[in-house]
Amino acid sequence: MQPIIEIKQLSYRYEKDTVLENINMTIPDSSFLAIVGPNGSGKSTLLKLILGLLRLQSGEILLFGKEISKFKDWQQVGYVSQKANSFNTGFPATVFEVVASGLTKKLGLFTFFKKEHAIKVNEALDAVGMKRYCNRNIGELSGGQQQRVFIARALVSEPRLLILDEPTVGVDAENVNSFYQMLGDLNIHRNITLLLVTHDIGTISDKVSHVACLNKYLHFHGETNEFEQFRNEDVSKVYGHDVHLLTHHHEHGGVGR
Amino acid sequence: MIQGLFHYEFLQNAFLTGILIGILAPLLGVFIVVRRLSLIADALSHVTLAGIAASLLIERNFQAMAGLNPLYMGMVFSVGGSLFIEKLRGVYKHYQELAIPIILSSGIGLGVIFISLANGFNTDLFSYLFGSVSAVSRTDLWVILIISILVILVIIFLYKELFLLSFDEEHAKASGIAAKSIHFIFIVMVALVIAASMRIVGILLVSSLMTLPVAASIRLAKGFKQTIFLSVLFGEISVLGGLFTAYYLDLAPGGTIVMLAVLILVLAIFFKKIMIHKQVNIGGGAK
Repeated sequence: MQPIIEIKQLSYRYEKDTVLENINMTIPDSSFLAIVGPNGSGKSTLLKLILGLLRLQSGEILLFGKEISKFKDWQQVGYVSQKANSFNTGFPATVFEVVASGLTKKLGLFTFFKKEHAIKVNEALDAVGMKRYCNRNIGELSGGQQQRVFIARALVSEPRLLILDEPTVGVDAENVNSFYQMLGDLNIHRNITLLLVTHDIGTISDKVSHVACLNKYLHFHGETNEFEQFRNEDVSKVYGHDVHLLTHHHEHGGVGR
Repeated sequence: MIQGLFHYEFLQNAFLTGILIGILAPLLGVFIVVRRLSLIADALSHVTLAGIAASLLIERNFQAMAGLNPLYMGMVFSVGGSLFIEKLRGVYKHYQELAIPIILSSGIGLGVIFISLANGFNTDLFSYLFGSVSAVSRTDLWVILIISILVILVIIFLYKELFLLSFDEEHAKASGIAAKSIHFIFIVMVALVIAASMRIVGILLVSSLMTLPVAASIRLAKGFKQTIFLSVLFGEISVLGGLFTAYYLDLAPGGTIVMLAVLILVLAIFFKKIMIHKQVNIGGGAK
């Protein structure tokens, strides 16, 4: 089966600083990949390149088998940015209205919202477990609930690939597990390929099928259970700080299967 | 007054225009307020003042232009000002709000020069500053009707895009929506509505008709559509009530309209407080 994303010999630099060096990576269909790395490791740059928000300097990115510069079918790609939960919380919009706005581009100019679209919005809300909040104002919800609503907004246009930038930042520690459970359900039951980026290695869940460890170079890329081995030995090198803290997190429900 | 409405054309003009303005100003105001652009309305109204003053000056000095409707020059200046604001926002990317005081003070500066050249204030100018029940002509009414149709069509057809742009500009841009063009169209609509509103509420108070009803409805509404609906309702009550009061008490309608809007705002805040208080009490009782 054709991989969703293929990255070949990708390097990127901001003026003199090289942030990504010779990255090679293949993301197969229906996988759930977590890219981990400390702050400033080039994770966000990599995401921006995959989303076409930054221009390639050297190397290649193929999305659904197409070169990224020629890729047009952005409806296939859903994106929840890190800034999504820093919106104006006083904004007078219901959860339903926010999710419906995810259809804006798909519907196109001069078209109107119809009943069939409302059904899609409700389905997306159902998928993230937020259907019963659909008439609440978005500002009244907790950070984790808002994050789910933004995922629903990305889901409503029925993407095959969903990209999440630091999705657990606004989620309370006790809700992180159920949050990953929800993502796992999207991955398995809806067959959506998930790509998430996080600096917090402790929150990686067993719902994740693959892990990539990034800090300028790709230090590891493989299945989650292999990552555990690698992690104990090398993560401290990648992160450059105490690894014990990380394994401590792990005991509370981390990577192991 | 009801009888007067049938008899006097000027009253009909004022009320029909008032009804239109009562819809337009809060309708655009909702988008302005949620995007935190409230001061743009202020800046543009002061630029409109410069346009009005320029028009009155031309009228005075050139016999051939005696019939010039100041509304047109007001619109030209207002739209021009909106383009400048957009340009300045591009120049000062990290200080986007700086564009507003720059345009605002330029507008007043220019306006004051024109007014001085025309030898100071006259009653005509006073009615542009604070609105008037008697100054609206049939031509004004037609122009404002055309603007209303245009604005309402733009809002209906670009509603989805405007909503997304207001809620999450970054996402709107990332998803490939023509954010720049849509924002541009929107700002031009705002400029037109400001020029159109000044006949009734006056230049100095236009922005309050765009923001006060919205401020009240945000306290009460669930969702964006309800916010729009309540804002227009509050705007309409303020304008019509204000015009009635102004006519009977012989006051400038700008003042009565805005004070009614303030009253509604205060009531909305109190009402919300009482509702929250009740909820807390019920919640506490359940424990």
